[in-house]
Amino acid sequence: MMLETKFLWFFAGLVGLLASASLIGHVLASRTKTDNAMATVENLNQRVNAWWGMVIVFFMSYLLGGNATVILFGFISLFALREFITLAPTKRGDHNALFIAFFVLIPLQYALIACQWYSMFTLLVPVYAFLLLPAIAVLSQDTECFLERTAKIQWGVMICIFCISHAPALLMLDLEGFKGQNALLLFYLMFVVQLSDVLQYVFGKLFGKHKVAPLVSPSKTVEGLVGGGLAATLIGGCMFWMTPFSFWQSLMMAFVIVVMGFVGGLVMSAIKRSLSAKDWGTMIKGHGGMLDRMDSVCFAAPIFFHLTRYFFSV
Amino acid sequence: MWISNALTSVLRVLIGVTARWESPPDLTRQRIYFANHTSHMDTLAIIAALPADARVNVRPVAAADYWGKNAFLSYISQKGLNAVLIDRTSGADKNLLEPIFDVLKAGHSIIFFPEGTRSCQALPGEFKSGLFRLSETFPDVDLVPVYLENFHRSMPKGKHFPLPIICTIRIGNPLQKMIGEEKPLFLERARDAIVRLSQ
Repeated sequence: MMLETKFLWFFAGLVGLLASASLIGHVLASRTKTDNAMATVENLNQRVNAWWGMVIVFFMSYLLGGNATVILFGFISLFALREFITLAPTKRGDHNALFIAFFVLIPLQYALIACQWYSMFTLLVPVYAFLLLPAIAVLSQDTECFLERTAKIQWGVMICIFCISHAPALLMLDLEGFKGQNALLLFYLMFVVQLSDVLQYVFGKLFGKHKVAPLVSPSKTVEGLVGGGLAATLIGGCMFWMTPFSFWQSLMMAFVIVVMGFVGGLVMSAIKRSLSAKDWGTMIKGHGGMLDRMDSVCFAAPIFFHLTRYFFSV
Repeated sequence: MWISNALTSVLRVLIGVTARWESPPDLTRQRIYFANHTSHMDTLAIIAALPADARVNVRPVAAADYWGKNAFLSYISQKGLNAVLIDRTSGADKNLLEPIFDVLKAGHSIIFFPEGTRSCQALPGEFKSGLFRLSETFPDVDLVPVYLENFHRSMPKGKHFPLPIICTIRIGNPLQKMIGEEKPLFLERARDAIVRLSQ
């Protein structure tokens, strides 16, 4: 299949899926009576509407080409880091370090992807930022909670810039027999991660009884995790035609993505709770903030990127 | 108008500036918005929080020693934001508020920072007497408390660039009028109204 054909099939499927979700949401909205159920359905419909918006943004960025996709993820990193730093208590002494993180590190990291400088892309945040951000912060001579503040900033930068940037970094991989089609791999990753989230939510709402980690995330259930996770893995496996993988390879990859996505959701939830917040933000109606939607991507993208690079790059 | 529109758009992208009203505002009434003051973005943020039709009639009060410092700031503040400049450095208090009295007499609403200067803390410091005198002279004007959240983290005093930290503007219900209230009690109550919004 040609790139365009695969792409069209993928988006046709996605639009079909969303259209049926909208239809179901519409029918549910006209049938529910109790206040509690109405709130759930309203939230469901808000989520579906937000999905339409997100799919349209991705579609546009694909049409505009690779650089547009890289810039789009740059903004996702910016909004994610903005939410992270808003909740993490930093002080006046961190101002200059944070300024560098927002306005130098983000553009630089994504510029490195755009110009395909792989080694610097993997080193910039874990090595250079790790050493230079505290070096800048220390100049303000505020030692109160210095370790905590530095750790928080480094965590925010790792999660929101380094980890998220591994999704568009898929575009710079040189894969065997897959030249020029890397955008499909990015869609594959985003689709499997998000589908897994959605299916875990749906299975959880329908069959959920036993909570996985009630203290961390009260909405995650064993039934949702197993049912949604397995379904997403299976669907991911069946999408092998848009990847450089065979069916079984794709199944394994999807499984890894689902597991990492779940773990990411859990860890980010724990961080959120330790900062005593319910949602990361209010940017995406029905979902919460940007990080509420990207938490699973943060953990799945780097692992998926490196597995693909190790086993499939030329 | 385009200057304030452009500036508020930049602010929206950068720091979000979401407004939370305690109850839907009655914008037909003349109002004094009084807020805690922590950054140079405060005035602009409150303007950004107001509905478009309310913005036209609102004039922020700004310090002449900063906003009239050079031609650029003076153009932005007076032409762009329609600000009333007051001279903080002059000795006698009475003259200091004179320009504000004129604006209120003309029927405008104003944005006023009762601390008189920017603070580095999340909560406002002690209020100066200005708000009390405005309230006494114009008993029919609503006094509306505004809490500016996180602005001291985005652009603290002495820093020249704002960080993209999400800032929220919490606008409370107008202060209840109490006839014959003593100045210290009134100022304390006004400050408490802002502190309450911060929780």
